[in-house]
Amino acid sequence: MSFKKCFALALNSLMTSKMRSFLTMLGIIIGVGAVIILVSLMNGMTGQVTGIFADLGTTGITVSVQDRGGSRKVTADDMYRLMEENPSLISGVSPNVTVPNATVKHQGNDITSSLSGVSEDYGKIRNVKLAQGRFLQYIDVAKKQKVCVIGAYQQKEFFDGAFALGETIKCSGEAYKVIGVIEEKADATAGSEDDVIYIPYPNAARMMGTDTISSFLIGAVTEEKVDAAVEVINKLLDDKIGDSDYYNAISMKQMLDSMNTILGTMETVLVCIAGISLLVGGIGIMNIMLVSVTERTREIGIRKSLGAKQKDIMRQFVIEAGTVSGVGGIIGIIFGAVVSMAAGSLLDLTVVPSAGAVAVAFGVSVGIGILFGFLPASKAAKLNPIEALRYD
Amino acid sequence: MAALIEFRDIYKIYSMGDEEVHAIDGISMRIEQGEFVAIVGQSGSGKSTCMNIIGGLDVPTRGQYLLDGVDISERTDDELAEIRNKKLGFIFQQYNLIPKLTVLQNVELPLLYSGMKESEQASRAMASLERVGLADKAKNLPSQLSGGQQQRVSIARALAGDPSIILADEPTGALDSKTGREVLQFLKQLHQDGNTIVLITHDNSIAAQAERVIRVQDGKVIYDGPADINKFAAVATAGGLGEAEG
Repeated sequence: MSFKKCFALALNSLMTSKMRSFLTMLGIIIGVGAVIILVSLMNGMTGQVTGIFADLGTTGITVSVQDRGGSRKVTADDMYRLMEENPSLISGVSPNVTVPNATVKHQGNDITSSLSGVSEDYGKIRNVKLAQGRFLQYIDVAKKQKVCVIGAYQQKEFFDGAFALGETIKCSGEAYKVIGVIEEKADATAGSEDDVIYIPYPNAARMMGTDTISSFLIGAVTEEKVDAAVEVINKLLDDKIGDSDYYNAISMKQMLDSMNTILGTMETVLVCIAGISLLVGGIGIMNIMLVSVTERTREIGIRKSLGAKQKDIMRQFVIEAGTVSGVGGIIGIIFGAVVSMAAGSLLDLTVVPSAGAVAVAFGVSVGIGILFGFLPASKAAKLNPIEALRYD
Repeated sequence: MAALIEFRDIYKIYSMGDEEVHAIDGISMRIEQGEFVAIVGQSGSGKSTCMNIIGGLDVPTRGQYLLDGVDISERTDDELAEIRNKKLGFIFQQYNLIPKLTVLQNVELPLLYSGMKESEQASRAMASLERVGLADKAKNLPSQLSGGQQQRVSIARALAGDPSIILADEPTGALDSKTGREVLQFLKQLHQDGNTIVLITHDNSIAAQAERVIRVQDGKVIYDGPADINKFAAVATAGGLGEAEG
């Protein structure tokens, strides 16, 4: 009997008992659906994370250093010299000094924010986009001017979202002139990406009463140069500090990579869990196929008496099992795609079920049907035609 | 020329616990090409076992079965399946049509397993249906047909593969006497067309419709001769009573 006939026959028997077929397929539908949903959502999340990192600039390298006293320290000048020595690798340096929980006031209105002391290169490395005005410039940093760039949260709190350039706010008691406002990213809420105040780093260091810089943001010339830049930075740090326990240079690229590794591991684990339901679905198919073989003992007897060989019967039942699970797989893929797109729009993720996941899910579901159809099919193939014909 | 069917001292023995049951207890017989033979016997006489062996559904415990001159007493399941497919057409008491397949698909079944081209399968099956006068029912399901029509479908199925032997097991058993007569008439017609027919029945009056009767009792042939009802039925009564009382 040809494959085509077997397949038509399988579809026919699938359609004649719709309810039973549906329940048989349910395990596969849920399993495949879950795999598709998880893979799609994980893809969406990975895309979002990558997007966030891209927003932050992929050329950035974060360096943190602990002062070991004496000459075993790294200064802003050391970093700037490194940049001058490696113009093909490093394009920017921003020493970072954070003043945590500073009181910021404007006309009796006060909030608590962190003040980020940075250099003019920070805006370029981090890809900071301004809604109004400009970012800090070299002269602001060199002259320790009392100017600041504020986030959308401060703009909303102090100026009701209106034009703010030229206004003065008080940061830790000192008057700072607003020279720039950053584009809104996170609905201008407190503690979010929009809750920032950038001031020249020497000013922040003075507020903190220190001249040691423990954190730098370094910009590589291009994304491809990041690894080489990390290398020269590490060499400098090793020369100056000596013990790698006291310093750390990590690029955004490395962070993105490790983030992707974590997400990938999560995805594997989740898909494996979803795979268990595919296994359960397969056992369900085996169960119902065994029942079907018993019910159709007479049919098998008739076919064998008319000349069906063991392999013919075997093929018929294996194809039937494969068809049931394959159809279940298709329904599961559609179900999974619909649910993941709905979830995607709810979670504001760009969710696209990948063609690879769809192909694998379909292949696995058909494979499971064939695998679990094997036992019932071989039971059917081995029936004795005389006894099978006598069966009621 | 070799006989179409030849039994050489065939035994079929089943063991039931410690006891051995001789379903066939040493039968030898020959059936020639073009004969219309009835194998008649009461239930338990061994006629069904005979049919199973003739039909290649079962193999003898001892002895040789030559079909068309070839010994098939010791063949595997799959080899027997191929022999059934090529050489035998079955007509069963319960018609044994597959209920979810159409009449045409049912008639195609033996062709499906013969390796014939698909286009040829359909035309052969259709021609076979025309022979039994049911071409207009090709798309119907068996359940939409009367018993007599269903039996004619099963005859069409038996004929489709152009077998050497048509093996009819109580073909009228499930039919009323009028339709039963029609089916028998049809078998006679097939015989006149040159087919070899082996009819298995417990009913003397049906057996009498054949040319030749082989009467089986307790696994042995007790009559083999012309279908003269007075002769083979008399043997049955005498022998049967004698055995029962002895």
